[in-house]
Amino acid sequence: MPSESTQPPNPANEIVLRLSGITKRFGPLVANDAISLDLHRGEVLALLGENGAGKTTLMNILFGHYVADEGSIEAFGEALPPGSPKAALARGIGMVHQHFTLADNLTVLDNVVLGTEPLWRARSRHADARAKLARLSETFGLLVRPDARIADLSVGERQRVEILKALYRDARILILDEPTAVLTPQETEALFATLKKLVERGLAIIFISHKLHEVMAVSRRIVVLRQGKLVAERRTAETDRHELAELMVGRPIPEPKVEPIPVGPVALALKAVTLAGEGHPRLQEVSLELHGNEIIGIAGVSGNGQGALADVISGIVKPSNGSLTLFGQEIHHFDPAWMVSSGVARIPEDRHAVGVVGDLSLEENVISARYREAPFSKRGLIDWRAVRDFATRIIADYDVRCPGPQAATRLLSGGNMQKLILGREMARDPRIILANQPTRGLDIGAVRYVHQQLLKARASGAGTLLISEDLDELLTLSDRIVVMYRGRMSAPMARKDVTIRHLGLMMAGHGFGGEAHAA
Amino acid sequence: MDGISIIFEASLWAAAIRIASPLIFATLGELICERAGVLNLGIEGIMTVGAFAGWVAVYHGADLWTGVAVAALAGAAFGLLHGFLTVPLGLSQHVTGIGITLLATSLTYYAYRIAFPEVTSPPKIQTFAPLEVPVLSQIPILGDALFRQTPLTYLAFVAVIVVAYVLYRTPIGLAVRTVGENPAAVEAQGIDVTWLRVGAVAVGSAFMALGGAFLTMSAFNSFYFDMVNGRGWICIALVVFGSWRPGKALLGAILFAAFDAYQLRLQQLAGAYLPYQLFLMLPYILSILALIAMSRRAGYPRALMIPYRKGER
Amino acid sequence: MRLEPRTEPTRSIWVIAPLVAIAVSFLVAAVLALIGGASPLSVFAAVVRGAAGTQFALVETLTRATPLIFTGLAVAVAFRAKLWNIGAEAQLYAGAIMTVVLGTGALPLPAQILVPMIMVAAMMAGALLLLGPTYLKTHFGVDEVVTTLLLNFIMILFVSMLLDGPLKDPMGLGWPQSKRVIADAALPKLIQGKRLHFGFIIAIGAALIVWFINARTTFGYEMRTVGFNPRAARFAGIPVNWVMAKTALLSGGLAALAGVSEVAGLKGNLTLDLSPGFGYTGIVVAMLAVLHPVGVIAAAIFVAAMFVGADAMSRTVGVPNYIANVMVATALLTMVTAMLFTRFRLKLR
Repeated sequence: MPSESTQPPNPANEIVLRLSGITKRFGPLVANDAISLDLHRGEVLALLGENGAGKTTLMNILFGHYVADEGSIEAFGEALPPGSPKAALARGIGMVHQHFTLADNLTVLDNVVLGTEPLWRARSRHADARAKLARLSETFGLLVRPDARIADLSVGERQRVEILKALYRDARILILDEPTAVLTPQETEALFATLKKLVERGLAIIFISHKLHEVMAVSRRIVVLRQGKLVAERRTAETDRHELAELMVGRPIPEPKVEPIPVGPVALALKAVTLAGEGHPRLQEVSLELHGNEIIGIAGVSGNGQGALADVISGIVKPSNGSLTLFGQEIHHFDPAWMVSSGVARIPEDRHAVGVVGDLSLEENVISARYREAPFSKRGLIDWRAVRDFATRIIADYDVRCPGPQAATRLLSGGNMQKLILGREMARDPRIILANQPTRGLDIGAVRYVHQQLLKARASGAGTLLISEDLDELLTLSDRIVVMYRGRMSAPMARKDVTIRHLGLMMAGHGFGGEAHAA
Repeated sequence: MDGISIIFEASLWAAAIRIASPLIFATLGELICERAGVLNLGIEGIMTVGAFAGWVAVYHGADLWTGVAVAALAGAAFGLLHGFLTVPLGLSQHVTGIGITLLATSLTYYAYRIAFPEVTSPPKIQTFAPLEVPVLSQIPILGDALFRQTPLTYLAFVAVIVVAYVLYRTPIGLAVRTVGENPAAVEAQGIDVTWLRVGAVAVGSAFMALGGAFLTMSAFNSFYFDMVNGRGWICIALVVFGSWRPGKALLGAILFAAFDAYQLRLQQLAGAYLPYQLFLMLPYILSILALIAMSRRAGYPRALMIPYRKGER
Repeated sequence: MRLEPRTEPTRSIWVIAPLVAIAVSFLVAAVLALIGGASPLSVFAAVVRGAAGTQFALVETLTRATPLIFTGLAVAVAFRAKLWNIGAEAQLYAGAIMTVVLGTGALPLPAQILVPMIMVAAMMAGALLLLGPTYLKTHFGVDEVVTTLLLNFIMILFVSMLLDGPLKDPMGLGWPQSKRVIADAALPKLIQGKRLHFGFIIAIGAALIVWFINARTTFGYEMRTVGFNPRAARFAGIPVNWVMAKTALLSGGLAALAGVSEVAGLKGNLTLDLSPGFGYTGIVVAMLAVLHPVGVIAAAIFVAAMFVGADAMSRTVGVPNYIANVMVATALLTMVTAMLFTRFRLKLR
């Protein structure tokens, strides 16, 4: 699809930012390939693309975290020195990172003020700062308590602090990188309202996302990135989700079809599982029955007990109360290796930190939960030939692109790493699958692959718990959906009875009795 | 004289403050490094360098305060090396720190042997003399303990106040505290993480060297091999004990020193019944106990020992 | 200039890094020699002659390498699992104490039984000494670097106490030294009339055993995994704390063997200057060997040669022998820096 230019911009809408021919390579990978784009005053420009299309890299170059190999950036008509966040900030460019850049142990005010005063000033002027923050807070309806510790704030509040950080510096260009990934649908709406206020006051916003409906809802113009290239530019009013989807993906990729099938017997049962935590319990009387041949989706804003639930089912922690039953047999011995040998497959949330050991080879990684079993070891001695055969088989069966079974695992791309983990976990036909954010950060091809594998396992009798923050994914794959909020779990709902709006309300605490809390 | 009445002697507390002084400097130094997210196990060697550099400068005719400055600069130089290896290069802070200690110590000993090839008794210098603070030194017990010390001791106390003020009341202090919690937050606000951390390590190392200089320029008048004798490692324990706060660290250092002074006196009292080595062990054992006691509560800087590489994917 | 992660594996650096480290340490030594008023070449020549120029020198170097192989292995094993054991010095003394306790006549047993018994007892003592800090690390989060360092100071005072008391040699004319080990507890000399002893053979054997453990056993696999990523290890069901404890036992035991070998093989008795920092030098040896057990043998011999050579050089050329300590410390820092480039490449900009 050739890229066509839109109509000439309204002269009142001056160009505030111009990227010309930006190219960035990481080793053999071309993350950005000669990208050029303009941003106008008072508009929301959406940067649309799949994971791995190069959106975040481009914005990190703009903000000075990375230096482009080629190309230049102009802000307000002047060249922007590369590689300097300080210069970007000074020109009025603010960035809200996907992973918040806040110091948890400090207060909101400290986080906002940091770097805004001359470093060698003899005393911080906190009173002035407090007044300015209060003023901004009020003007844009971004309410925060200036003396609260970041650690005590909800995800939505933290994002407000991030936006305030930029506004406090009088940002005139605001970049938001996947800002809705961690929000409930209602919080997302509130964010969009804020963005509207900001552009009314003349700010220019770049909104990075891979979610079509959000891009359609919030932007005036859309540019689409695919595999590091800018493939199209559209006025939002003149395009639709269908066209955008095609532009973004480049080739038609069929949505997975989920045929209803009769469920099998109960595979996993949780009864009033409680897990104590610091302050409030991490899990509070969670009960759930997972059958064979079904996928139960677990929705919720991250940090509401999903991690704790995964830890319990993975065998890493023992619940303080309640019981866990696998195929009618109550578990007393919480041990990951035992869980794995009982037929539980576990796809952890964080591939790099938990899923694999990057410095070990692929073959060493595929036996991490099974190295004590035959044929991989006998009487404490590892049979490397058996290990290598197993690793080679997984690499072939699951199409893991790698230099070989003895290569260091950290050299793999995210998608291939996830395939390796899938292969390791699925290799022994698990009867229960715990998939925690299995597609986060993967490109569309890898996402589809993971989905296919989960559906294949469902068809062959496995029961799956799918924890995800991507509501579309949950609504596509799940037979039933539950919502987690503050360590508690809602009753399961059949997919057909669930709407996004309803889920959003529940994620914010509605229906959990008394403690409804719109963050 | 019995074990209890010793506690109320002014001389015990005067000794405690004296013993505490080098610990205060070095603990502050380590605290600054760790607040910025860098563990500095070079401390023991940097103290040795400071002890030698300040002393040798004075021996060669510099005045005492110049000697102090020389010590601080020498410490900062090794701090820069540690900072360079651990911040932009992101090497293991454990291994690098041990390496810095080995390097600093052996370079010092080499320099000493070059400077004094054939001495039988170590050469001496005229050290800082005690300075009585008018009026205040007349207060009973407290006056003797606090206000008849050498200028370097007063400097140590002033340093605590200055460091606390800078950390909690100035923009640069906020930046240092933040970079120890989350370097990405600092980077996103346009401050250079590398510069900030290396700077903090260099400044912290200068303080460590002052701790060493106190030994040769105030406590003793000569340089001996092994004279730092584990004080650096004790200071690392004191930082934990003080929960990474200057005031609490000061308190910890004084408490520790008081205990040390007390055991010295107890040793004279009970030395006939117990081996003296038991008393000498106490400071080290105390440090370990302090670490255990504070381990659960300690609010350590979240990014401590985690290297930050700009642009790492 | 900035570092970029390598996307392709590299092997050549594993060979280049130790060579660069050695080269840089020689460069620093050359500067120091000039400052000391000697020509670098004459210093190097004297060092090499002193370390390997004669049969006597060679034997002396291997003798000095023996305890360094043990402490180097101890450190290599522990560091592999990211257990920062800086206490090999104390564990060495623990082994030495057991040698003296059992080997000075308390147990009148034949050598075939007595020597293994001493070795086992010594290893247990060293192991237990490291188990404490390891427990504090795994259960209380107390940094083991500091605790093992502090234990070194406590241990030397403890030895001093023993040498004033129960282990004091009544014939020692008041010197703080223990009685000598009996003939059945002594390790035989390898060459008649020379100082090199059977401890060297034991050290080589220990290195090979550690190599086998690393390469072939589940324990070796566990240590690697826990060392590289304890969170992933825990997720996989590897008992992280138990692996740490086992690693501590092995590491402490190996360091203790250095004490056995020095007392029973070389010195004959326990004194306060039994170890001139063998425990700390073990760290350098392990790092130079990239934590590989067989590499430890080579690294230990190299480091020992520097020390032995520098001693001889200082007697003839007059440059202080501390030049060897500087070289070894420099080699350590250069080595860790060079190893960085197995994972990153330098990009000029």
